[in-house]
Amino acid sequence: MIARLLRTTPTRALVLLGLLLALLLLAPMALDRYLVSVFILVFWFAYVGQAWNVMMGFAGLLSLGHALYVGLGAYVAAALFVKLGVGPWAGLWLSALLSVAVGAAIGWLGFRFRIEGVYFSLLTIAFAEVARIGFDHLGWAGGAAGLFLPVSSEGGAWWNLRGGPLFFYYLALTMAAGAFLLCAALRHSRLGYRWLAVREDAEAARALGIDVFRARMAAVVISAGLTSLGGVFYAFYYNNLFPGPVFDISRSIEMILAPIIGGVGTLFGPVLGAFILTPLGEALIAITNAVGLNAPGTKAVFYGVCLMVIVILAPNGLWPALKRRLGIPEEKA
Amino acid sequence: MSLSLYLEVLVQGVLSGLVYGLMALGLSVIFGVVRVVNFAHGEFAVLAMYAAFVLFTALNLDPFLAMAPIAALFFAIGYGLQRVLINPFITRPEHDQFILLVGLAIILVNGLLMIFGPDARHANLPYSFDSWFVPTGIAGEIIVDKVRVYAAGAALVVCGLLFAFFRFTLVGAAIRACADNLVGAAVVGLDVKRLYALTFALGLACVGAAGSLMVALTDVTPMLAPSFTLLAFTIVIIGGLGSMAGALLGGLLIGVAEAVASIAIAPSMKSMVSFALLVLVLAFRPQGLMGKRAA
Repeated sequence: MIARLLRTTPTRALVLLGLLLALLLLAPMALDRYLVSVFILVFWFAYVGQAWNVMMGFAGLLSLGHALYVGLGAYVAAALFVKLGVGPWAGLWLSALLSVAVGAAIGWLGFRFRIEGVYFSLLTIAFAEVARIGFDHLGWAGGAAGLFLPVSSEGGAWWNLRGGPLFFYYLALTMAAGAFLLCAALRHSRLGYRWLAVREDAEAARALGIDVFRARMAAVVISAGLTSLGGVFYAFYYNNLFPGPVFDISRSIEMILAPIIGGVGTLFGPVLGAFILTPLGEALIAITNAVGLNAPGTKAVFYGVCLMVIVILAPNGLWPALKRRLGIPEEKA
Repeated sequence: MSLSLYLEVLVQGVLSGLVYGLMALGLSVIFGVVRVVNFAHGEFAVLAMYAAFVLFTALNLDPFLAMAPIAALFFAIGYGLQRVLINPFITRPEHDQFILLVGLAIILVNGLLMIFGPDARHANLPYSFDSWFVPTGIAGEIIVDKVRVYAAGAALVVCGLLFAFFRFTLVGAAIRACADNLVGAAVVGLDVKRLYALTFALGLACVGAAGSLMVALTDVTPMLAPSFTLLAFTIVIIGGLGSMAGALLGGLLIGVAEAVASIAIAPSMKSMVSFALLVLVLAFRPQGLMGKRAA
């Protein structure tokens, strides 16, 4: 698999990827605490964007409720750790399992009953909202008052995902890189080609003998499982969970901006999008503060303007254009 | 809990539901013809609420009167928006349209946040607290808020006008033709671009009217916007995307379901009931209660 990936990827792309990875591995030496936290966010959004892209970019299923899987992953792992003392490395399997089960249920409901397009997107939002309200009322997991993970000044044991900024920096980088590799492998697998066929024309794919239902279910399940691990990271990085911010539709939207801006269906799009949007958000905070525009909402207005400008000017996302600029040829067959 | 309380809540749900229905009608009309999902729908509703609120506090203009100029203003905004911003996106994939409208939604809601702040504003109409005592026989007297009756009545009038427009005018028929068969409409020489802009304008006029009415019923804060967008979606899917009567029926159902749920279960659980309804409808009648076309 790896060998085939190396063979089919253009050399120039491999070299650039290697350079980027080396740069990011060494970067913490030159970064202060704040910038490290920004990079952690970038990696996190690159990771969940990649996971979302499996559904949208590969299989053509627009999910607008991916916060659901982040939230489920975060809550399961955190509750197991806080309430039962089960460590995150054991808990993440349950996180993933639950998210996969919920994803499968949504997928089954959607695809069995032929809920497609906008309707399917609405279904994903509905489930995320139901989860948000449900967790608001789930007293055992803290309800609306939130769930908190213990924080100690010594940091704690790395195997319990307790650690300083650098620990989370490399963890997030590993996850983002891992998801990138996994998606590259998936994209060039038999399943990946089936996804593309289904995405382009489900009826034609069915006529070719592809089991459309199974291909779509696979996309939902893989995407849900991957996203839930992003949730586990979220819980142990932030140490607090509130149903509102975790499950809210605005989080679902935030998560999918990076892959869309970067380029839906491309491998590097989610990464590029995260590298543009997260620093953009941070820069806007800094700029609006410096200029003295402290009214709440100022930053977000500029953010909205940037989104609209990008989507108007770059129809297929920014990566295809940048790819040409970097002189990376289309993949060898 | 007594029967009369349930009856009161039921009536209240029906009355608010009609106003929700008018808001959702705007979304339904736009999607049914232009095939673009307006993800900034709730944001426009809240914008209209603030417009009515400002007119009321600054000029003491009653929201029921302000409804007309606000709807006209939103008509103009909708026309321009479709012409300038949305028309180039009609052939683009759904997720591109989504980003464009989400960007617009972010700008609207945060612009309002910058101007008005996060606090809830209340338009204190002179007759806000007037009500009728309606005898119902076995259940005794129930209390019906006057302002809700006025709002529901106004919503019905606006809906009636829109129905009449689509059914009895030539332009209305032309718009329906675009929705039924776009290529055919273009072939017989209809100016599709103009009709699309007109449709978007009508959709936003509905939202403008609905928002003005809602100021009379509830406090306004920018944070309402995303939940209104979701509410409008839920109503439209339940009623059937593209069906005008469906949007009203969906509004009624959701209005009643949420009102009853908020006293029977808990106020914070009310939207759970709407989403449960949504999932049921999607599973058993994906085209919506009044929708014709298979999803």
